[in-house]
Amino acid sequence: MGLAKRIIPCLDVDNGRVVKGVQFVDIRDAGDPVEVAKRYNEQGADEITFLDITASSDDRETTVHMVEAIASQVFIPLTVGGGIRTCEDIRRMLNAGADKVGINTAAVFNPEFVREAAQRFGSQCIVVAIDAKKVSAEGEPDKWEIFTHGGRKPTGLDAVEWAKKMVEYGAGEILLTSMDRDGTKNGFDLGVTRAISEAVHVPVIASGGVGNLDHLVDGVIEGKADAVLAASIFHFGEYSIQEAKQRMTDAGIEMRL
Amino acid sequence: MSNKSMSDMKKSTVAVIDYGMGNLHSVAKALEHVADENTTVIVTSDPAVIDAADRVLLPGVGAIRDCIGEMNNAGLVPSIRKAMAEKPFLAICVGIQSLMSHSEENGGVDCLNHFQGNALFFGEKHTDHDGSKLKVPHMGWNQVKHTINHPLWADIPDNARFYFVHSFYVVPENKSEVAGTCDYGLEFCVALARDNVFAVQFHPEKSHKDGLQLYKNFLHWDGKP
Repeated sequence: MGLAKRIIPCLDVDNGRVVKGVQFVDIRDAGDPVEVAKRYNEQGADEITFLDITASSDDRETTVHMVEAIASQVFIPLTVGGGIRTCEDIRRMLNAGADKVGINTAAVFNPEFVREAAQRFGSQCIVVAIDAKKVSAEGEPDKWEIFTHGGRKPTGLDAVEWAKKMVEYGAGEILLTSMDRDGTKNGFDLGVTRAISEAVHVPVIASGGVGNLDHLVDGVIEGKADAVLAASIFHFGEYSIQEAKQRMTDAGIEMRL
Repeated sequence: MSNKSMSDMKKSTVAVIDYGMGNLHSVAKALEHVADENTTVIVTSDPAVIDAADRVLLPGVGAIRDCIGEMNNAGLVPSIRKAMAEKPFLAICVGIQSLMSHSEENGGVDCLNHFQGNALFFGEKHTDHDGSKLKVPHMGWNQVKHTINHPLWADIPDNARFYFVHSFYVVPENKSEVAGTCDYGLEFCVALARDNVFAVQFHPEKSHKDGLQLYKNFLHWDGKP
């Protein structure tokens, strides 16, 4: 009895199609976002994350319409991220039916934006997305740094300290992506996941690197994640959400079945 | 045509109260999803529309001070009290907290006092029964135990999971008003019922089949316990 850990399939959407990049570069088509969201809803996904990876101004309207279409048919929580830079962006996405918004780069360049957004809309709908890479060498104490622009630009910010600061500013949840692992199918970076989950009092979603169902189990048990996010293992039919939940349940994790 | 079948044919309206606290899209869409052709869902901030509606839903997001403030600014409190006195009424999330006497949030805010009792903070150092750390907000799917039989629980299994996002929880003085509980480090009240008023801490509109069933039950409820 108690709160279940969550499985969150992520739709990376480019020009109106679900895609999945390996290390954010190589792109494969995985279908129409509304259809994909409905399929995951039927399979028992606990939430859905919609990440707009084009984020050019032309495509914003497309995103708003897709969010509306998903929210009219899928009655589980929906987070929308990608290109959220102003309170007006947040308002539009919430009005379209999103329950939460993910703020990434804009938080790095203007941390006050997170504070303003949390005050205006409530922490419950502000997810701060953190893209981290391990920067410590072998033999050194572990250290992770925040990167922007799909993992290309270092910021000099320590990932654990940054997560604590974002929570202090009003983040209601942290979406943590390991840029070293994203798309590799080698599993989450459990070290940074655990370090951040233990450092903050809000839920942490582990992301980046899931290649099999044991990785999801590891993310919760060893990484102490409250939720696990994955894309390609679900998109291309390798595993269903039910199979993932069953594996996690078998490992002793409380899930919603 | 008999009076009974006349009334069966009657058009029915459900007012979703909009007091400027943002996203009512998902509440309205979920109600529309389960409504039959004779039921109209109206998102409104007009007291006259609320007064005329057959049933009323009070949603809630954000912080309690803003919620109560906006209800007052929009002149909605008399209509909310009137609806609670006479027709099927459902409050959601911060909506349940707004019906209590008082909330600890925002340094302490007096609320509508329909249910006597307070909304309390889990605290940033909240722990589970075994002493392990629990995250706050309480976010995700948790099990709801029915503590009474109620028409709004119809066709919903006991201990079904609903979606929660909150950092404050209600503690009613009158335990007989508790309709459901949940466990998160402590057992706490997540549903309150008195006469024609029902209130829940979770989000039915985000709780998949069981959430939609609760909305369906609300649309068919005659307001009797």
